[in-house]
Amino acid sequence: MTEVAKRGGAPVPADWTYAPAPESRDVVSLRERYGLFVGGEWLEPADTYTTFSPATEEALAQVGQASPADVTNAVGAAREAFAVWSSLPGSERAKYLFRIARILQERSREFAVLESLNGGKPIKESRDVDLPLAAAHFFYYAGWADKLEYAFPNRTPRPLGVAGQIIPWNFPLLMLAWKIAPALAAGNTVVLKPAETTPLTALLFCDVVRQAELPAGVVNIVTGDGATGAALVDAHVDKIAFTGSTEVGKAIQRRLAGTDKKVTLELGGKAANIVFDDAAVDQAVEGIVNGIYFNQGHVCCAGSRLFVQESIADTVVEKLKRRMATLRVGDPLDKNTDVGAINSRAQLEKIQELVAAGRDEGAEIYQPPCQLPEKGYWFAPTVFTNVAQSYRIAQEEIFGPVLSVLTFRTPDEAVEKANNTPYGLSAGVWTEKGSRILWMAERLRAGVVWANTYNRFDPTSPFGGFKESGFGREGGLHGLAPYLDGVTHA
Amino acid sequence: MAQAPALPAGFELPLKQRLPRIGSIDQVAVEARAGELAKRSIKRDAKLWALELAIRCCDLTTLEGQDTPGKVAALCSKAIRPDPSDASVPSVAAVCVYPNLVPVAKERLAGSGVKVASVATAFPSGQSPLDVKLRDVEDAVAFGADEIDMVIDRGAFLSGRYAHVYDEICRVKESCGDAHLKVILEVAELGTYDNVRRASLLAMAAGADFIKTSTGKLPGAATLPVHLVMLEAIRDVYEETGRRVGMKPAGGIRTSKNAIQYLVQVHETLGPDWLTPDLYRIGASSLVNDILMQIRKEKTGAYQSKEYFTND
Repeated sequence: MTEVAKRGGAPVPADWTYAPAPESRDVVSLRERYGLFVGGEWLEPADTYTTFSPATEEALAQVGQASPADVTNAVGAAREAFAVWSSLPGSERAKYLFRIARILQERSREFAVLESLNGGKPIKESRDVDLPLAAAHFFYYAGWADKLEYAFPNRTPRPLGVAGQIIPWNFPLLMLAWKIAPALAAGNTVVLKPAETTPLTALLFCDVVRQAELPAGVVNIVTGDGATGAALVDAHVDKIAFTGSTEVGKAIQRRLAGTDKKVTLELGGKAANIVFDDAAVDQAVEGIVNGIYFNQGHVCCAGSRLFVQESIADTVVEKLKRRMATLRVGDPLDKNTDVGAINSRAQLEKIQELVAAGRDEGAEIYQPPCQLPEKGYWFAPTVFTNVAQSYRIAQEEIFGPVLSVLTFRTPDEAVEKANNTPYGLSAGVWTEKGSRILWMAERLRAGVVWANTYNRFDPTSPFGGFKESGFGREGGLHGLAPYLDGVTHA
Repeated sequence: MAQAPALPAGFELPLKQRLPRIGSIDQVAVEARAGELAKRSIKRDAKLWALELAIRCCDLTTLEGQDTPGKVAALCSKAIRPDPSDASVPSVAAVCVYPNLVPVAKERLAGSGVKVASVATAFPSGQSPLDVKLRDVEDAVAFGADEIDMVIDRGAFLSGRYAHVYDEICRVKESCGDAHLKVILEVAELGTYDNVRRASLLAMAAGADFIKTSTGKLPGAATLPVHLVMLEAIRDVYEETGRRVGMKPAGGIRTSKNAIQYLVQVHETLGPDWLTPDLYRIGASSLVNDILMQIRKEKTGAYQSKEYFTND
């Protein structure tokens, strides 16, 4: 801070620059090399690859590249454990899940730091969102483990067997919790493959599994790239649960066609965040910011299409731009960072490509002035105005901090435009009129409709998509059904 | 402080037609945003800077039935030199007292640059006839008050007589002459954030130089979400009219940490322009000593006990 004047002896700097407030990395002790967690033991893989910090491109550790044989091995361990795990009384399974939840809470700082280090998301998000929600999922499904008969009255719920689970890089530990907690509560065992770029919190979770003294083989973690995922899909599992891109989701479904494996897919989105002229404008602007810049926009349900009623469009865009200028982009481990690093070079290139397309198609771009670090993968918060429904940036999922603003005149038009997409994962509605919220929610073809809020998650609430956003629900009672035989989907 | 026109463009009468455009506040969302901003981690240089600013923005206040010339004199000394052992600690912005004690404060603060603020208009309830309120203001100004902290008529506001409240603020503004007018909304009695926003805009339209949260006489005075709602109203007035209105939270701000949370809101809502005693005040009495303690800790690395700071 430069001192520009003196008054009453006190320094009066030009402005208030927040000093760096980094969360300490000391709570995390990284190993140089991680194996595959199979049958409660660490197996040495034939091949490894390096996992990085996307904020600094620093190499963090070597992790295993699981081969098809490794995957078969892991599925075998899960199959063996299934006999033990599925015959435990539900109340016993619940004890383990409660224990995992408590350990996650106790070690939350360690997990939060590692999540931000390996994934690039701001520490305030991993600390305040990812970790509390991950623990909450285990707590919630622990409660169902001994009540399955009550969850599905007049049915005989039975576990499926071994679940193969493939998760994305945007919420590595939270997606692990979404997958493992209901599967285990229902009596299944799992083989989980974390995303290629963000394996570290899943590998740290293996410590938790051991600490909780979960029977060996109930949870198996195999790391690797897409080939490992493909091997898991092809392996002798009873169910595949996948969260990730629509492209890969379609490939998985093709591969599973004609088999008796069950499948649930939670895929992409291009959600509409709809602001009516009677909305509480400043709070709606916060919701827009949270909808698209939360987790750098690496959110399948991100509110990436903003529909504003034309009569207040100028006001909203002006307020939005001013708000964007206060977003603090930088070191994910700094407690004051609002927007962190893009998860990988590949993702950064994809964002850059689509943003270039938006410019070429004639949309007007705005990015607030912000200094991006030189190393690592970064992209400034971006908003496009003058966007037409036909532009690629209004059609394709960007999965980055890029918002497209469109306008509408009437509620009918808002619904029509919002639904005019192959996706249907989520939507937001901002209005002070309660009846309009219900009217909109009935008509929006989206798995989740948020009213006067955005990106809120709770383990008791089902989450999942319409159309190309996938099928099956995670969370709530609905999230148990895909892991049970003998029940109809609730 | 720049003298503002009494009726800025965009807020002309008739007011009733304009009120529906005032908009609304979503309670859950505004509380969530205030909660997020409260988590900013302000350290080292940035913390020291904020603490010194907080001192410079303080309206050191005593509003008790038991106030005496002696008590006010002591408070004035504290206002000029909050920390006698550290000359680099700046003076506070103003001393805030009842009208009867304005002459004492005026005399003790002469030449120091510290302003005298007086509450008026039948503080704290405002439940008196208008001529009594105006006389109250005129007396305080005649005694030498630089700033007048008035209360709005909450009875009129809550019964929907907005024009009455508006007219009263206009009349008080006239009576203030050159003195600056702070309009106290007494948010704890308004009940909703929508009302806080409406009252804020009303006060600014009627010519308030500052809007202020509370009298300090009720529990639930200044809160972070209420503060945010008022800052956003100030921002909207600035955007629409170019006029800068000041903000003063008062009541319940006792710790440095809390004071910094308020300053962070100002910084990230209105921007650095408002980080000056010309546009931002904190009404407090016990806050100053906590700030002094933190300043000394930042400078020396060690905490000292309360006994090392004067109680006035």
